[in-house]
Amino acid sequence: MRRMLSAVAKPFSETTGLARWMLVAGVLITAVFLIAAIFAPWLAPYGFAQSSAHGVEFPKVGHPSSAHPFGTDRLFFDVLSRVIWGARTALEVVILSILFCVVLGVPLGLLSGFYGGPLDRVLVLIMDALYAFPPLLLAIVVSFLLTDVYGGSVIAVSISLTVVYIPQYFRVVRNTTLSAKEATYIEAARAIGARDIRIMRKYLFGNVVHSVPVLGTLNAADAILTLAGLGFLGLGIQSTAAAEWGHDVSRALADAGSGVWWTGLYPGLAIVLLVTGLTLVGEGLNETLNPTLRRRRLLAVVMPPRDRTPVQEVQR
Amino acid sequence: MSRAGSGSLPRYILQRVLLVIPMIWVILTLVFFILRVAPGDPVSAALGGKISPQALEQRRQALGFNRPLIAQYWDYLSSVAHLDFGTTFSDNQPVLRVITDNGGATLYLTVAAFVLALVVGIPLGLIAGRYRDSAPDVVFRLFGILTYAAPVFFVGFLLQFYVAEPLGLPTSGDASPITIFEVPTKTHILLVDALLSGNGAAVQDVLKHLVLPATTLGLLICGVFIRLVRVNMLQTMQADYVEAAEARGLTAGKVTWRHGFRNALVPVITVVGLQFALLLSGAILTEETFNWPGIGQKLLYYINNRDYGAVQGIVTFFALAVVLISLLIDIVNALIDPRVRY
Amino acid sequence: MSIDLTDEVVGFSAQEPVISARDVRVWYGTTKGAIRAVDGVSFDLAPGETLGLVGESGCGKSTLGRGLMGLLPEGAKRDGEVLFRGRDIFSLSPKAAYQLRGRELGMIFQEPLTRLNPLMRISQHFEETIKQHEPDLSKDEIRNRALEVLRLMGIPPTRYRSYPHEFSGGMRQRLMIALTLVLRPAFVVADEPTTALDVLVEAQIVQILNDLRRNFQTSLLLITHNVGIVAEACDRVAVMYAGRIVEQGSVADVFKNPQHPYTRELLRSTISLTTTGLNYIPGAPPDLIDPPDGCRFHPRCPDAMNVCAAKDPVNIARPGGGRVECWLVGPEEEIPSAGRQALEQEELTVVDEA
Repeated sequence: MRRMLSAVAKPFSETTGLARWMLVAGVLITAVFLIAAIFAPWLAPYGFAQSSAHGVEFPKVGHPSSAHPFGTDRLFFDVLSRVIWGARTALEVVILSILFCVVLGVPLGLLSGFYGGPLDRVLVLIMDALYAFPPLLLAIVVSFLLTDVYGGSVIAVSISLTVVYIPQYFRVVRNTTLSAKEATYIEAARAIGARDIRIMRKYLFGNVVHSVPVLGTLNAADAILTLAGLGFLGLGIQSTAAAEWGHDVSRALADAGSGVWWTGLYPGLAIVLLVTGLTLVGEGLNETLNPTLRRRRLLAVVMPPRDRTPVQEVQR
Repeated sequence: MSRAGSGSLPRYILQRVLLVIPMIWVILTLVFFILRVAPGDPVSAALGGKISPQALEQRRQALGFNRPLIAQYWDYLSSVAHLDFGTTFSDNQPVLRVITDNGGATLYLTVAAFVLALVVGIPLGLIAGRYRDSAPDVVFRLFGILTYAAPVFFVGFLLQFYVAEPLGLPTSGDASPITIFEVPTKTHILLVDALLSGNGAAVQDVLKHLVLPATTLGLLICGVFIRLVRVNMLQTMQADYVEAAEARGLTAGKVTWRHGFRNALVPVITVVGLQFALLLSGAILTEETFNWPGIGQKLLYYINNRDYGAVQGIVTFFALAVVLISLLIDIVNALIDPRVRY
Repeated sequence: MSIDLTDEVVGFSAQEPVISARDVRVWYGTTKGAIRAVDGVSFDLAPGETLGLVGESGCGKSTLGRGLMGLLPEGAKRDGEVLFRGRDIFSLSPKAAYQLRGRELGMIFQEPLTRLNPLMRISQHFEETIKQHEPDLSKDEIRNRALEVLRLMGIPPTRYRSYPHEFSGGMRQRLMIALTLVLRPAFVVADEPTTALDVLVEAQIVQILNDLRRNFQTSLLLITHNVGIVAEACDRVAVMYAGRIVEQGSVADVFKNPQHPYTRELLRSTISLTTTGLNYIPGAPPDLIDPPDGCRFHPRCPDAMNVCAAKDPVNIARPGGGRVECWLVGPEEEIPSAGRQALEQEELTVVDEA
């Protein structure tokens, strides 16, 4: 337990300067959104698709007031509530897509790295092709294909994001497998007659699965932007299915002309803040873990006055 | 030893070109099968309810949908090889026409945004990387992170609200109707056409319409440039040859300029090229935000009309563009960096 | 804290030394504390003289060379006094230090492959270097000077406009040497200049360094872990251990009559034609964040006495010329009564050696 804590604290304690502040600020911002996501039902004053309370209809595009601190939008929804519920949607989508990526990408990467040959070559080509695609375009195409099946749901958007990010998981797992395959303990396991499945499950999987959380964190910022982009284009989650910031901003764009700022500003700021927080975490981690960028916190060198002055002693 | 100079450059280019061909094939195959395995019948999705069942069947026949999948696949590959991206289902137009008609607007929007991002992003990134942890580094990095974190449409929203209103800048479309009426179409690139027509008012009008969309898209790319250039600069300043230059007594300024900046920018060329994908993603959002009549908006139009033919054609075009641009970047890189040719 | 003992330290120098280092310390900052990589080093170097600096890896050789050049990483500190032709280079303004570097103080690095800017032609390297220090020279004059040095290094003038990657490792090291010598610096630090090269090329480079005196009148501090190179190319040798120079003197005398047990063991552990078995010094160099008390070599020393663990050894004149720091040599009067007894060494465990 203690070792785990110190491992977690290491990036904080060993870095210096900007990298440290970025990491701290990023973790704090992300934590705020995590709390908002987990406790949304208790924190949000209303539901995300609630247009009246206690039999009283909310005003349409109502100015921020004490009852609605962030105002209400065109659909009579409370903006503050939708901003808070939006955090939950973002979290759900990111977690689901990471889950899909792991369930699909890890076994494929394992197989590809372990067996090599034509299977590996085909998979690598496909993944490279997917990776070369502009991410938003890929997400748009997949959402387009899914509209008839899951259209407008959290699952559909998660699948779109999965297709965008799976090449990275595949690649990391494949490369780790390739190098782990040559390790002595794998050879030893082979020598005692362990079967391929067992080697992959027992020895390689554990080795490979470490990289998933790091990759997930690094991709989360990008994933949230893609999610918001899909929502903005109307290919994401529908307003009544869940609160989604990107879609809310797109509805607010029509209001900008008539002087209504609150419907777009708050969901937009939520995206900016969360993505900034996640980017700060990613950059901070990069600067602490990447040896070519790292700047360690050095203890100041204090040279004590000389205690060895042999030359003088000779002269005496 | 002395196979120096440009002698090996053509061979390198040939190699790269040959490597691109399988990549293109895989991408095309992927596009074809993803869009074909889609549930439902594409033709009725686009036209269902609008025309009679007989006419629908005829269209299906004409588009080759009754033939075996493998034959359709072969048709697709061979027509793409002839730069034929198929026809749209809903309005029965060649996709290539759609692309040439609307691609011009996207082209000059992205070029303007790209130039803006380069002009702002590269100097800021170099300075931030050179003077690590200084005040400019903090400010520029934060700026870079924020411009990346702010979604295009939100920046567009803020600009429309806080900049366009006070300055009286247009927020929709690429020109006023009068300009579009007055400027004859020659290149399908409105800015170039306006310049060619010599109509000063038209040029001014086009530029006015360009300011906000180009700034929005430029800021997005600019943030990425700052971060990339900064990291490259940091790493370059740690290189052995930088220390060796210091040991020869070159002043800090000369070391930074000749050995730092120059060398830091070479890998940036590659990475900048990779941002083309991001630029395209951003362009789709920018066009939608500012109602910009480019190819991205057209794609969304066809998506909303469930037009598989148009989507497949446009996506194929984008995929080819991405691969070819990365090829181009590699070749430019080889021209600049003498090491790459080996 | 300037101590004048020029004629004491250097056995042979009648001339004014080019470099005169006194009690130089260079410490690195780390996350755990300061590494005392160089901790009180003194030596002199006469014009045209070559001093070989030998020792195991991690004993502070390279740090000393870099410290003299002023090429230290962030968080490192140096002090002491280094007189270059009578001027203390440690207390120069940054501008004056830059002017001295390259022109009067040169450095040759260990890994020639990465020391040339891959995007610049060889000619551009020479041009920027010469222009920096002699801005009035014309392009032709620069070219002539560069080609002259390149000729001495055996590089044909046709290669002047080539890029670094078009040269082999040995040629690149000769380029680096040429680039260092083109300004005729009075003092050059060569930090393991042959380590990254193969044996035949190594002999070539050693030959070139050997000719430096004749061609350029350059004083050379040759850092190496290869005792053979010292024997071949150096006038004097300084043996470094754990941040201290434990013995220095003329190469012939030190190699024939090593006074310090570390020098002796180091010489025994080198392979020569007459070697019958492999010798090595048990244990590893000490942790320089918290070095051992007394003589830093005492935990590994086969001849350690009680006094060695208790008192710092004294830097004294070496019988046969030079200096040495070892209680075995003296001074007798400073050794306490029981100090001469052999020290009971802790067994060096296998773990220590690994």
